[in-house]
Amino acid sequence: MTLSLLFQHIVNALSLGSLYALIAIGYTMVYGILRLINFAHGDVFMLGAYVAFYGMTIVALPWWAALLVSIVFTALFGIGLERAAYRPLRDSPRISIMISAIGASFLLESLGVLIFGGRPKGVPVPDVLSRVIHFGSVSMIMISLIIPLFTFALLGVLVWIVNKTKTGMAMRAVSTDIEAARLMAVNVNKIVSFTFGIGSLLAALGGILWSFKYPQLNPLMGMMPGLKCFIAAVIGGIGSIGGAVLGGFLMGFIEIMTVAFLPTLSGYRDAFAFILLIVVLLVKPTGLLGKRQAEKV
Amino acid sequence: MSETSSNLMLSTSRLSMKFGGLTAVNDFNLEIGKNEIVGLIGPNGAGKTTAFNVITGMYNPSEGKVFFQNRDITGLKPHSITALGIARTFQNIRLFKEMSVLENVLVACHMSIKSGMFASTLHLPGYRAREADARRFSMELLEKVGLSHLAYEKGTSLPYGQQRRLEIVRALATKPKMLLLDEPAAGMNPQESLELMKFIRKIRDEFDLTIFLIEHHMQVVMGVCEHMYVLDYGVTIAHGDPASIQKNPKVIEAYLGVD
Amino acid sequence: MKQNTESKKALPKRKQYTIIALAAFIVFAFLANMFFDAFTLRVFNLCAIYIVLALSLNLLNGFTGLFSLGHAGFMAVGAYVSALLTMSTQLKDMNYFLEPIVPWLHHVTLPFLPAIIIAGLVSGFVGFLIGSPVLRLRDDYLAIATLGFGEIIRVLITNAQSITNGAQGLKGLPRYSTTFAVWVTAGLVVLFMVLLMRSSYGRALKAVRDDELAAEAMGINVFKVKVTSFTMSSFLAGIGGALLGHMITTIDPKMFTFMLTFNILLIVVLGGIGSISGSVISAIVVTILMEVLRFLDEPMNFIIFKTDGLPGLRMVVFSLLLMIIIIYRQRGLMGSKEFSWDMLTGLFVKRGHKGGDHV
Ligand SMILES: Nc1ncnc2c1ncn2[C@@H]1O[C@H](COP(=O)(O)OP(=O)(O)O)[C@@H](O)[C@H]1O
Ligand SMILES: [Mg+2]
Repeated sequence: MTLSLLFQHIVNALSLGSLYALIAIGYTMVYGILRLINFAHGDVFMLGAYVAFYGMTIVALPWWAALLVSIVFTALFGIGLERAAYRPLRDSPRISIMISAIGASFLLESLGVLIFGGRPKGVPVPDVLSRVIHFGSVSMIMISLIIPLFTFALLGVLVWIVNKTKTGMAMRAVSTDIEAARLMAVNVNKIVSFTFGIGSLLAALGGILWSFKYPQLNPLMGMMPGLKCFIAAVIGGIGSIGGAVLGGFLMGFIEIMTVAFLPTLSGYRDAFAFILLIVVLLVKPTGLLGKRQAEKV
Repeated sequence: MSETSSNLMLSTSRLSMKFGGLTAVNDFNLEIGKNEIVGLIGPNGAGKTTAFNVITGMYNPSEGKVFFQNRDITGLKPHSITALGIARTFQNIRLFKEMSVLENVLVACHMSIKSGMFASTLHLPGYRAREADARRFSMELLEKVGLSHLAYEKGTSLPYGQQRRLEIVRALATKPKMLLLDEPAAGMNPQESLELMKFIRKIRDEFDLTIFLIEHHMQVVMGVCEHMYVLDYGVTIAHGDPASIQKNPKVIEAYLGVD
Repeated sequence: MKQNTESKKALPKRKQYTIIALAAFIVFAFLANMFFDAFTLRVFNLCAIYIVLALSLNLLNGFTGLFSLGHAGFMAVGAYVSALLTMSTQLKDMNYFLEPIVPWLHHVTLPFLPAIIIAGLVSGFVGFLIGSPVLRLRDDYLAIATLGFGEIIRVLITNAQSITNGAQGLKGLPRYSTTFAVWVTAGLVVLFMVLLMRSSYGRALKAVRDDELAAEAMGINVFKVKVTSFTMSSFLAGIGGALLGHMITTIDPKMFTFMLTFNILLIVVLGGIGSISGSVISAIVVTILMEVLRFLDEPMNFIIFKTDGLPGLRMVVFSLLLMIIIIYRQRGLMGSKEFSWDMLTGLFVKRGHKGGDHV
């Protein structure tokens, strides 16, 4: 393996890891607040990609405008999803709300098949993003570089929101103790909506960037990345944004590097994530950056 | 409290339980002799329930040991501890919510029915006999506490006081040698509390039990306990007979702060 | 309201009803077997298989309170084991053209009964192996871990070319899932579940479901009970998977995705989590619906215009159904109650009575 090839793998891993991180954040924020695995999150990611696709093809918007429209639309969609499918069950057993999430996931996937069609669609990647650039002997596509930059910029904004704004403080209060937060006159519904909005926005962005890097859409495209990113969030320590990012990058690196260095195992590629998940759950269930909570009797 | 070791039922040595930075129970040393009724009192949050949880194996202690009939039971699983003969009730009642009163008690007999999945599913003769025994025994117990007429009601539909009683019956159905009661009088008026204390003494005699009970109102248990331990912020601030506890300035101070 | 079980007086009459109903069903099954067309008979038999599968999932979800999403994996194990044990050597030679089958499986050809029992046992054993570590997890973590194992099983099957024939799958499985075979199995499983839930062990399962800590305090070895339940459920899922394989006669790894688990979950939730009769009724309803609604996905001809079919519509209906039940009627058809004749008569007689069972 040459150095330049290695470098290429690293860039690939970075950009895949960034995409995973963007999606994992949504899982971790929602879980932190509602203790819910939002099974439909991967499908929200799919939706974002499709909306941008139709924006570019049917409405013939410039790619950046399609991107903006899509993330706004998807964020609103995420908020609506929470209202319709999760809010009525907030005080029910956790299993019920999870079943609803599974239902929502299948609903979105099958609606996808119904509305967008089951056949894969080719994405018209904007020229600026598909340009190949050369660094000495290393050559790569623009988008692979842009993805990590974008991700880090957004992370900065998110960290600022969570740590420095009033809304962010309320979010943290709700995730520590939803009852106490309610008593302190935090509008829990608003915070939950906000969280779903942000999470869905990031997922949409992840979906669009994903579709520029792997330019093909299908209604089930969110399933595997969705699961993997949930796993990434668990590995990082669910509830922790830093953990989700760490987990996302870890997942990206492991995936790219095993396929690069151990090609005989590439058939097992999708199993790695689950094996990793199970090992983490059994060895350190709180994940790398998570905090431990003992159950009170 | 000069029990000879053959008479010693439950004891702990230097027992501590920490939750992160919080030491809920600190260096707790307990000795309970056979057939005694011993009280554990202290303000809310003093660490009483935590002490129970450590003794019954719900938590692993951070330090120290628990002995039952001179046997080290530290770190055993709760079900093994129950099997050795320590039964308990819960402060926040934990009945099986989908079950009738009788079924709640029968669950506690599962251990003595001693049948695996297949023997019980196939209703093999040995199982049948033991199941019939368990039913008879459970009904007798319910009879004794005056709950038998409610046997087929849902456990959680009973009034609060009866739910507490049912929890005690359920604990008795495990055929314990020792009973741990976590605030059995909570939510009762003085009259009911008094009756409950009589009841506790009655079951002690009838079932040859040793009883360790938590209460945070000191007055309630004064009459029934032969011995008391007082916890405050996890620390044992006093132990001895009720009269001396009542006069102990440290105890008075701890209680003045709260009640 | 009294919780039935032992009002002894009315028992003989109820027993009579049950026997009559059972006899009527057996007659019906015989007639169905003789007169139904191939498609209808297949749907009828599929109902039995889904009864087995739904009960096996309900044993976990409904009665032990363990939320598992890995069912498809255990079904796959059962289907593959039974297929490999029953296919003839020639059939195997025809299937394995990419890579020959491992020698130790090449010449094995067992009759159906031992094959399906071994299939269940292997699946149960896999369940035991997986359950022992995973059952230390709770709630959603358990769900996601079992989902993970389901997927791992599928990936392993896809990659074990010389054993499972990989992604090509297996074709031409013997058609052993006759009306007789599937309904007898379903009957046995229903009987097993009823007896189990009426026994002390069944109470232990429910105790673990209702309150793990209290169950532990009552001397129940909660972990052991969970592992046993998980193993048993995997065993039943393996049997169900094997029956499914011998009905469809073609299996491949893509059949056993999370989608299959979803279907079974839908049945359990619709019937009532924790109700045996609910699962049975709902298995029949959902199976029939799924087949009847197949037309939604297929091309349609209206008088004036023609659609190319609306693939996905059927799943839209089912996922909506699942969400509506869980949001508006969490207890499903039956709640955690069981069907009884009193319930039927009660339906007609005591309408005026206020029948609030759960407050
Ligand atoms: N599982 C737990 N995790 C963290 N802190 C706990 C836990 N259980 C109890 N505590 C804390 O330990 C202290 C003692 O609690 P507890 O034993 O319930 O008191 P008591 O029963 O005397 O009212 C309290 O401050 C309580 O918050
Ligand atoms: Mg307490």
